[in-house]
Parts: sequence; structure tokens; C-alpha cells
Amino acid sequence: MAYSARKDSPELPDFSLLKRLVRDQLIYLLEQLPGKKDLFIEADLMSPLDRIANVSTLKQHDVDKLYKVEHKAIVSTSDQLCFLIRPRIQTVKWICDVVNADKAVGKLRRYKIIFTPQKFYACEAVLEEQGIFGDVTTDEWAFYLLPLDEDIVSMELPEFFRDNFLAGDQRWVSTAGSALHLLHTLYGPFTKVYGIGRCSKMAYESWRELLEDSEQKPRQAEIGNVFLIDRDVDFVTPLCSQVVYEGLVDDIFRIKCGCVEFSPDVTSSDKSVKVMLNSQDKVFNEIRNEHFSNVFGFLSQKARNLQTAYDKRRGMDIKQMKAFVSDELKGLKQEHRLLSLHIGASESIMKKKTKQDFQELLKTEHSLLEGFDIRECISYIEEHINRQVSMIEGLRLLCLLSITENGLLPKDYRSLKAQYLQSYGVEHLLTFHNLKQLGLLVEQQPGETLTAMESKVGKLVNDKTAGKLTDAFSSLAKKSNFRALSRKLNLVPKSDEEYDLRVPRDMAYIFSGAYIPLSCKLIEQVLERNGWTGLEEVARLLNGHEFAVTGNSGADSKTKNDAQRIILVMFLGGCTFSEISALRFLGKEKGCKFIVVTTAITNSSRLMESLLGNTL
Amino acid sequence: MAFITANWNPLGEAFYRKTELYEMCWSLKDGLRDSLVAAAPYGGPIGITRTRTHVKKTHMSRCVSDFALSPPAAVLREPLRRSPSSRPQLEIFSSSGVSIASFPWKSGPVVQLGWTVSDELLCIQEDGSVLIYDLFGSFKRHFSMGQEVVQSQVLEAKVFHSPYGTGVAIVTGSAKFTLATNIDDLKLRRLPEVPGLQGKPSCWLVLSQDRQTKVLLANGPDLFILDNTSCTAVCPPGLSPQAGSIVHMSVSFSYKYLALFTDTGHLWTGTANLQKKLSDVETKRSTKPKQMVWCRRPQSQQPSVVLMWDRLLLVAGVCNDTIQFPIEDLCVLVGELDGVRIISSTNQELLQEVPLVCQDIFKIASMAPGALLLEAHREYEKSSQKADEYLREIKEQSMLGEAVRQCVEAAGHEYDPSTQKSLMRAASFGKCFLTDFSPDAFVTTCRELRVLNAVRDAAVGLPLTHTQFKQMTVQVLIDRLVYRQFYPLAIEVCRYLKIPDYQGVSRVLKHWASCKVQQKDLSDEAIARAVCVKVGDSPGVSYSHIAAKAYECGRPELAIKLLDSEARSGEQVPLLLKMKRSQLALSKAVESGDTDLVYTVVSYLKNEMNRGDFFMTLRNQPVALSLYRQFCKLQEQETLKDLYNQDDDHQELANYYVTASYREKRLESRLSLLQSAVDEYNKAKNEFAAKATEEEMRLLRFQRKLDDEKGAGLLGLSLQATMEALLALGLHKQAEQLYRDFRVPDKRYWWLKLKSLAEKEEWDELEKFAKSKKSPIGYLAFVEVCMKSNNKYEAKKYVSRVTPEQKVKAHLAIGDLEGAADAAIERRNESEMGAVLSRCAASDRLLIEKLNRAAAAKK
Repeated sequence: MAYSARKDSPELPDFSLLKRLVRDQLIYLLEQLPGKKDLFIEADLMSPLDRIANVSTLKQHDVDKLYKVEHKAIVSTSDQLCFLIRPRIQTVKWICDVVNADKAVGKLRRYKIIFTPQKFYACEAVLEEQGIFGDVTTDEWAFYLLPLDEDIVSMELPEFFRDNFLAGDQRWVSTAGSALHLLHTLYGPFTKVYGIGRCSKMAYESWRELLEDSEQKPRQAEIGNVFLIDRDVDFVTPLCSQVVYEGLVDDIFRIKCGCVEFSPDVTSSDKSVKVMLNSQDKVFNEIRNEHFSNVFGFLSQKARNLQTAYDKRRGMDIKQMKAFVSDELKGLKQEHRLLSLHIGASESIMKKKTKQDFQELLKTEHSLLEGFDIRECISYIEEHINRQVSMIEGLRLLCLLSITENGLLPKDYRSLKAQYLQSYGVEHLLTFHNLKQLGLLVEQQPGETLTAMESKVGKLVNDKTAGKLTDAFSSLAKKSNFRALSRKLNLVPKSDEEYDLRVPRDMAYIFSGAYIPLSCKLIEQVLERNGWTGLEEVARLLNGHEFAVTGNSGADSKTKNDAQRIILVMFLGGCTFSEISALRFLGKEKGCKFIVVTTAITNSSRLMESLLGNTL
Repeated sequence: MAFITANWNPLGEAFYRKTELYEMCWSLKDGLRDSLVAAAPYGGPIGITRTRTHVKKTHMSRCVSDFALSPPAAVLREPLRRSPSSRPQLEIFSSSGVSIASFPWKSGPVVQLGWTVSDELLCIQEDGSVLIYDLFGSFKRHFSMGQEVVQSQVLEAKVFHSPYGTGVAIVTGSAKFTLATNIDDLKLRRLPEVPGLQGKPSCWLVLSQDRQTKVLLANGPDLFILDNTSCTAVCPPGLSPQAGSIVHMSVSFSYKYLALFTDTGHLWTGTANLQKKLSDVETKRSTKPKQMVWCRRPQSQQPSVVLMWDRLLLVAGVCNDTIQFPIEDLCVLVGELDGVRIISSTNQELLQEVPLVCQDIFKIASMAPGALLLEAHREYEKSSQKADEYLREIKEQSMLGEAVRQCVEAAGHEYDPSTQKSLMRAASFGKCFLTDFSPDAFVTTCRELRVLNAVRDAAVGLPLTHTQFKQMTVQVLIDRLVYRQFYPLAIEVCRYLKIPDYQGVSRVLKHWASCKVQQKDLSDEAIARAVCVKVGDSPGVSYSHIAAKAYECGRPELAIKLLDSEARSGEQVPLLLKMKRSQLALSKAVESGDTDLVYTVVSYLKNEMNRGDFFMTLRNQPVALSLYRQFCKLQEQETLKDLYNQDDDHQELANYYVTASYREKRLESRLSLLQSAVDEYNKAKNEFAAKATEEEMRLLRFQRKLDDEKGAGLLGLSLQATMEALLALGLHKQAEQLYRDFRVPDKRYWWLKLKSLAEKEEWDELEKFAKSKKSPIGYLAFVEVCMKSNNKYEAKKYVSRVTPEQKVKAHLAIGDLEGAADAAIERRNESEMGAVLSRCAASDRLLIEKLNRAAAAKK
């Protein structure tokens, strides 16, 4: 179906500016430690850093050797060490060890720690505690946002999800606020801001505070609307298997920072190849949002076209040939290379997915979403666990079951957990505890009493305390209410109708027509209604914290410009490629464009892994 | 107005004029006699105190002449009775003589008074201690000019101003100089000794040159420069040795020019670096003048030195011309940037060189364009056609723009509002005939003059000239108004000059509120209300700042009330901590959403409180608690345990033990940790977890036993993995035991065994196993597992036992298309037939036909 964009669809803002800004800042920070120095980089900062400044840029600014932070003794001989790290206590402790080891042998060096995106007081407290506060200088590299593609910006903070939603640690909220502020300064002023979820609200408030303290110069807005959404508003979507090409590639090969490494069995050569996956890749750009079942057809069509293009050579005279070689051949070759890579990847996906009976898995997921044949689903999951198909996937199915069914029956809850522990070890008691805390895997409760009490208490005391109480209650027992939401928002299309995946009629196509992602549906509804009017019940089912604010700045008569059709969606806690595809589809339908800002790209595996118990 | 030049006195080619500024509001009983007087420049306050002994009188009067830069005026005054026990009065007046403060002087004898740049009064005592008072006479702080001074005593002291701030220099009884360049960053410098000097020098002063502070002193006819390291004898060029000894000296406002007066009445002027002589004037007076001050202005044509004797004021220009003014009363001269203020006990005058532009306009018979324009306007007001003649004359020379400019500029220099008005009107009139003339200068001057006239009012008492105002800047003017507590005027000025709120009105309000909270006669409630009403939510006014002030004044309750109005909760935290309201501080920090702030408070509380209270406090603040937990998880595991214990959070405690058990290498400690976990799970009523943990302990013991017996390497594996390992090792009995002991579901065990046997290709065992009882997982699994090892032969054995529903699949699995087709046809199942068909190759024509027929038959 290769989308043809509506002619009047607005231009996306230029995000490369973000890269230039942070690159300049990094260089400035490096220059603050003049002379040759060795640079230690936190492992998960390597790829993002690579997108900002390559090795030669770093070398130009007197970086001698580059090391990955590995929490081991170091071998560097340089007398200046620079550490580029996330504000994590473990890493800071490791640096303390390094410095103290040097002190013990009387080695004199200069140390500089660059925290990114910001430093935390707790980190400095550790430096102080370990007695090296005076030996190191610290700085902050305000690297909040990494543009992964023309419509995806990532904060590259995967720990945001666990810290914020599981541990209740709100330290990243202000980071999100700052990121939003940066976007507002460069591409604002925003006209309307919508949002749902506690964290979204806090991030919004944090941003407002920054806004009050700074002066905004009046400028032409490039982004008009903003939607903030917490990941815990919709756990169902990221728990589903992805079947759109980009999502599938992420599920199987793991896309890291917009780049994927295809193993030798994909490249059909003896080495693996790193490929950037973004809109620059013409082949990929056309299939990324396609349901996987269409990809092969598309690729073979593409191959035929390519062949025809190559075939043009025949019967050309010298002059034409020359023109062909200089104008087209390079492009064709490039396209050829990419095409064969994606064909390889598709084959590999096919192989993997048919082996594990992918169809069965999808069928189960769809049944869960529809709420049919639950018993069969449970026995499928049981078998899955018993046969130890996959630790993470087993967990994912359990969560999907619990969240769509609003909790498991006590009997099932116990037996499934017992079987899981037998398969994967007792340490998953901790995992289950985490999942329970998040409301992802819970026991069905005679829950009505809780809501009743809540509303009673809420009437008695004033709003503020009631809010706190509700928070306390909701952390005790988060209810998913998926079934009710699904009915209200029509998330699951009637299954008796045929769904032609080649001509998608709604966002459900990204899950083979079985389910419209809740997060995207919410966004669509709120934008359509210009707010939450008419969605009060839905918001209540989602534990509230919804808001819609019209910005005071720039809401003048000229707002009917393109910026109003650019919508920035910020996912706090991560979003999946499927959701991005869904939003792209929605944008095409509505003649607008979505920009996705996320704390990190996630998928079901990453989500589950971040919640594993014994990760200390 | 017509006689505007009446008070002009020619001096060389220029004119000097004396303008009356004020009739002094004070009534000094004895005039300024026998008093120490310090008056600050830029229309600053006046401080006065009576000197106790007659001896001091002389240097007191001199000292006044020397500080060029200080701001307001103070007076220390001795009571009429000269008894040593009586105490002099220290009085502070505004420039116009309005009393600001007056209090008895209780400390030691004062040698010198002086004002700092920020309008604080310095009182330098004989013993070398310097007391600092604010404008309202309240004591701020004190410092000492050195311990040894207590012995040797201060003979003379000078307060001076330099780019580094306000400084103090003293000379002691042992003829030693000590100076401090900046009293706010006190560093005492002892200067080298001067050869041959006994006691105090005949005169001296402080020079600030080339970023260095030096002392210039005269001992008889000899002149020395003292700097940090050396004492150099110098000789002013062109000063003849016959001139006699130098008895008085003075340096200009800018430290650029120097004047020396000798006992033969010779006045030498030159540059302060002693490189160039300007003039020599014979005053023919051999008595030493009471005061000697430079009188210059920027772009001065005819600078002069003003000398004062008992009954005479002599203006000696560098052109050797002089003007003499008789004086009746003792005066004090205050050097200004653009003139000299003469303060007497009854009035105050400004002596200055008439600015060139004013000369041009007002000089008799001047034909300058400005003068003509003024005349034109005067005629115009009289409705005379001469106005046109004058105008034409200016326009013919195309000097109208210049004329307007002159009028505007001259208006700035005039002190009398009616003169200002007529000049401005003339400018406005001239402007009408110009098409392309920027009105900026006109508008600005209008505004500034209005402000200046307001602050010159005797009630305010800041007699600033326009030149001084420009030098001082409007920000400083507002500061000075604020400091003198003229808040409404300051606000009016800010609004009138359209100063952005942040630098203007808000700043004034901030000071006002800080002052307001110190009013002791008002209740906390009243003050809080008054502050909130006035301040409202003006940008840039921080309530926490005001509250901090209130707290400093010992009003914590008021501080809390004010903090409530602070919009940003983060701002409230530091003060609350200081006030020991830790609980409140914590909740405000949480409210602010700034986790760093929360953490700061938490770590503060951790040190302040005992553990129990600390944990209790955290318990009420989930955000702080989870933050602290996160920190403990990484830094202080033990604290974490205590934290859970305190909260009776058995579930978390149990989880903690489980986590800890994984860090433990030794089995015994691991088991004991797990036992603790079991206990806690039981307390938490989490039977499931308790049971699971118990089973884990059992499993660990079992694994240990087998490891010891068979070296199986099982420790730490999950139950499933253990069974797998056992089966792989052929320890079927032990696997069986686990299966029974741990009530492993049949299905799981069958899957496990099936997989393990197939992997080891023990086909006979597999067959036996299949026959042992009815398979709970069906037989398709058997077929698939065999096929995985590509053993079609074995696989076939199980096809027949597969349930009818899975028959087709089983046949297909072993690649038996015909069997599959038969089964499908038998079951008359369309989709299964389809599945078979899809697997058929083109060569299987017979089969395809058969299937198609069956499908057709079904229809």
C-alpha cells in the first residue's frame, strides 16, 4: 500500500539542531580539561554518543584513548581522565575506587566527571562520602534528546521506566520537564498541551516552572500540540507481539539507537552488518510500517523493479550507458544492497516465527485481547512455561493474561506462579513481587469494596488529601479495567469481519486487525475532541490525572498554520515501534504529523527484563 | 531669569557660579565649630560629632576636605559641658540637614568620620578600631586597624574611595602608615617607614593610581610617596625650593590632579603623577587653609582649587586668576564630580564652573544658536514677530538642530526649575521646525529632570546634578532612595522611568518588605497581610527572601506565614531547614518535585534526627522514602533492612533476605537467610511465597547432597533445570524423586523426559516411557520430538496413537502426505484438507485430485 502522504501534510521540524547543540556543548566540556586525556564512557552511552560525535571528532579535542566503563580496574596511563557517565551511584562508586586506587600508589592525575543529562545530589554525596569530592571536577552535559529519525526523538533513558513506575523514584521527572522545555524553546511555543498519567502531569508542571523562570522570545511555532502519556496508562500494547516490520525487527534483532546488527545468517555472508534503520533507507522507509504479511510481496515487487532498472542497460549506446553509470547505478546498487538485507531479515524472521508456532502465539494473544477461550489460553501459557520456551515470553503472556482479565483467579494465580518458579527458579518471587506492585500480574480481588471506600473517603476530606489517598490506593491495587476500556473505545474490532491488511482501515492493522492500541486510540480521541470532554469515564478507568491546557503564549489568530498539525507525543516510560507506526498511520488519515518523543524505545522483552527481580 | 548671569564670576576665560541648594533644616547650636564632620559626595548624608579636645579640631576640619568620594552627611557633637565623663552626640543628617539619627557616643574617642560608597558611616577611633553604622545609626560591625595601634594610637585617619571600594588609611603615633584598600574584604597593609619622620607628617593623602594605592606625604619641604614596598622621595616639577614647606595638599575627585600649598602661600597644581605642572599661584596668605578642594567638571575649561580660611573662600584657577568670596561662618567643603558643595550651618551652596553650553546660551550678547532659540521662544511667547526673525537667523545657518540640542543640554545643567522649563520650552519650540530630529534626548532629559527635581526636594535631600546623576546611574539612585526608605518615591521613579519590574519596582518592594518585617510594633498577622497585599505576585520578589529576613529578626512565626505565599516550594526549603522545621521542609521539598532537594533534606534529617524519628518522618513521605530506599539499595543494605523492620514491612523484608541469599556463596548462610525470608513471608501472610521459599531450601539441600555424592553441579539450578540435569546424567530415579516430592505437574515431567530421552536418542527408553501410561501431553509431541532428531522410523511408531484431531498434523510432520490426506478425508475436515493440499507438490497429482474430490463431495 506504500503510503502516499496527503499533499498538504505539514513539514516536520528539523531535529538535527538538537544534535548540533549537544555536540557543541560536549566539545566545550572536553575543552574544559585541556590537554590529552583518556575518556571513559558509560556502556549504554556508547551508541548515543556515536550519533552525536564520532571518534575523530573526539580525537580532535584531545581525547587520546576511549574506554568503556566496565567497573574494573583501569589500565590507562594518561594523567588526565575524563568520565562521561549517567548519574548512577554504582558508576560513581567505581570512579571513587579508581581515584582511591591511584591515591594509594601515589599517582597524580586530574579527573573530570561529566554527568549526562544531569548530575544528582546523591552522586555528589557519594563522592563526598568516599573522600574524593575535592579531587574531581564535575560537569553536566545536557544531552536530553537524541533524534533517532525525522519523527522520533529519544531520551535514551531506559531506566526511567523502572525507576519511576516501580521504585517510585521521581528523579527523572524533572529531566523530562527539561527535555520538554528544550523542545518548547526551539520549536514552540506550544498551543495546547494534553496529557494523562501522574508522571506526565508532574513532568508538565516541572516544565511550566522552567517556563516561568525563563524568557520566551516570540517566534513562529513549529510544533503546535503536545500530548504526554505515561507508559502505565497502557501496558497492553507493549505486551503484544509486534507484527509490523519495524517492530518485528526490533523484537527479533533488537534495534539499538536506530541501528540494527544483522547476523551472518541474515546477510548470507560470514560477517554481521550494522545497518541504520531510518527514513534515509529508502527500502526500509517503505516497509517499516507494513504488516509483515505484506512485506514479502512488496520486497519481491521491489526486486522486480530493480531488475527492470538494471535491464535498461541492454540496448544502450555508450553515451546512455555513461549517463546510467554516473546517475543511476550508484543508487541502484545501494538499493540492491538494502533490498537483499531486508529480504534476508524477512526470511530469518519467517524461519524463527514459524518454528515456535508463531500463529498459535498470536491466536492466544488475540483471544486474550478479545476475552474468548480464556481457559485454552491458560493451558497454552502453562504449556509454554512447562516446556520452557522462553523465560521472558512466559512472563509476558502471564502479564497479558492478568491485565486483560483484570487479574487472575486465585487458583490460576498460584498454580501459574508455582509452575513458573519451577521452570525458572525461585528468584522470580521477586519478579512477581515487582509485577504485582505495578499491577501487571495480580490476583483478582473482591475489588469493588476498594473503589467504594475510596469514593467515600474522597467525599469526606478535601481534594488534596483525597488525591494523596487515591495515590496510595492505586499503588496498592492498580486495576487495569482493560475490558471496560476496550468496550468504551472500541479497541477490538468485531472478529467476524474480514480485515484486509493491505488496505488498513484503522490502526488495528498493526496488530493484524485484532486490536487498536489503547495509547494511540486515546491520543486520537483527545485530539478529535480537543480535550477530555466526553472521555471522563475513560479517564477514570485509567486512574485519572488527565489534563488539557491551552498555552497562554502564541494562541493568536495565526495559529491556523502548519504547526497546529504537528503533534508531539511524549511517552514517559517508553514506546514501541508499533505505536509509532500506528501514529504515522493516524497522521496520514488526519492530514497531520506526529513526532514521538520517548524516554526510550521499548518492546515487550525490554519491559519484562526491566522488571526482573534479582537485578542488583 | 534675566539675571541668570548675576551670580557668575569670571575666572580666566570661564565663569564660576554659586547656586544655593538648601537652607539647612538643622539648627546646630554652635554651628560647625569644634565638630568632626563627614559629608559624602553625590549629595550624601552628613555625619557630625563634637570633638572633645581642642587639638583634634584641626585635623577634623581637614579630614573633611580629603575624602572625595564618600556618600551621605554625620555629626558627632559634644555637649556644652566639657567634663570628660560627658558623652558627645553623634548625629546623622541628610544633605538638606534633616535629622536621620542621633545617639550618644558611648565608645572611645573618635579621630575621623567617613562614609562608605554604600552610605555606611565609619567611625575611626583613637585605638584603631573602626565602627560601622548604617544610615539610621544602628551599629553594623567593627574591625580593627591592627593590634599595635592600640598602643601607638591613631593620630590621623583618612577614608578614601577607589575602584576596589572604600578604604581606610591611618598614621599612628609611631609615624607608621597602615591602610586597608577595601573594608569589605579587609586586608591590612603596613607601609614602610618614612626616613626622618617623627610623629605625624605635616600633611598627607591617599592616591589611587595604576591600580595601586599609595600615600603621598609631606614632611616639611620634603615630599614622599609610600607604596607597598618602598618610600620614595619625590619632587614636584617646577616647585621652587624657596616655596617653603608643604602644609596642605589635595587631590582631585578622579585622583588625576594634585594641589600643594606651602607655608609661604604658594599654591602649586599639577598632575597627581607629579609629571607635569599646571600652574603656580601666589595666594599671599601664609596661614594654612582650613580646607582645600579641587573644583573641576568633566571637560573643564578652567579647573580650580578652592581654599578656605576662616573668613575667606578663594577660588584659584590654574590660569592664575582668582575669585574671592567672603564667608561669615565656618563651612565645610565637599568635593563633587563637577563642583564643590559648601555646607555652612545655615545653608548649602554648589560652587561650579558654568558649563560651556550654559555659557553659550546665557552669556550676555551671545549669538550661539541656543541663545538665539531661547530668545526666539521668548519673543514668540510675547506674540512678537521677532520670533520669526531669530528663527530665520538660526535656520539660515542651518543650526536649528544644534540650537535645540544646546537648549536641552543646558536645561540639564540648570538647577532652577523655571530656568529648566524655559530652556525645555525653547527646545520644544525649535523642534517644531525640524522634520528629521530624534526626540530621544529631549524626552530623556525631561524625564530625568523631573526625577532630579523630585529627589532634590529638601525632604529627600539628594542634591544631585545631572552630571552626577548620569555618573551614578538610575539603578544606584533607586538603591539610595530605597536605603533611605523613600519607598513610594522609589517606586514612582521606577514607574516613571519605565524601568523593567525586575530591576525596578520589584527590587524596591523586596527591600520594603524586608524592612517592613522588622517593624516591632506590628503583629505578625498585620505585617504578613501588608506584605502580601503590596508585593502580590510581582516578578522577582522572593517571599522566602523576605521570610529569611523575618527569621533573622527573630520572628519565626512571621517567617512561616510569609513562606506560605512563596509559590515555588523549593525556595522555602533552605529557610525551613534553618528554622528547624524539618518535617515541613521535607514536605515542601517533595512538593517542589525536585528530587535533589528532597535528597538534600533527607540527608540533612539523617544527621539531625535519631534513627527512629528519621524513619518515622520518611514513612509519612512516600516520595522521600522511595528515594532513600533507592539510595540504600546501592549504598547501605543494612539501613534498608532497618527501614523495613521499622515499618513492619515483612514482605519487603522477606524480599530483602531472598536478594541477600543470592549474594551469599556458602550454602549454610544462604539457607539461614532463606529461613529468615520464610519467617517474614509467613508474617506477611504470603503463604505462597513462604512455601516456594521452603521448597527452594529443600531443593538446595537436595542439590547439595547430590553434588556431594555424584558431583552433579546442580546447586542453584531451578527445579526444572535440576531435573533436566539429572535426566541428562541418567539419574532417572533421583529425577523421579523430585517429580514426586515437589509435586511437579505430569505434563511438565512428561515434556521434560520426552525431550531429554530424544536428545540422548534413547529410543527404546522412549518407547517404554510412552507405554508406561497414557501420555498427559498426547502423542503428537512424541512424533515431533523424533522428527526433530530426524528419526522418521521412531516417529512413525507414535502416529497411530495420536488423537484423531491431531492425526493430520502427525502425518504431515513425518511427511506422509497420503496418510495425512486419508486422515483429513476421513475427518471430512475442510481446513485440514486445505492444509494438506498446500503441502502437496505439483507431482502429487493423484493425491490432489483425491482431495479435491473429497472436498467437492463434502459440499
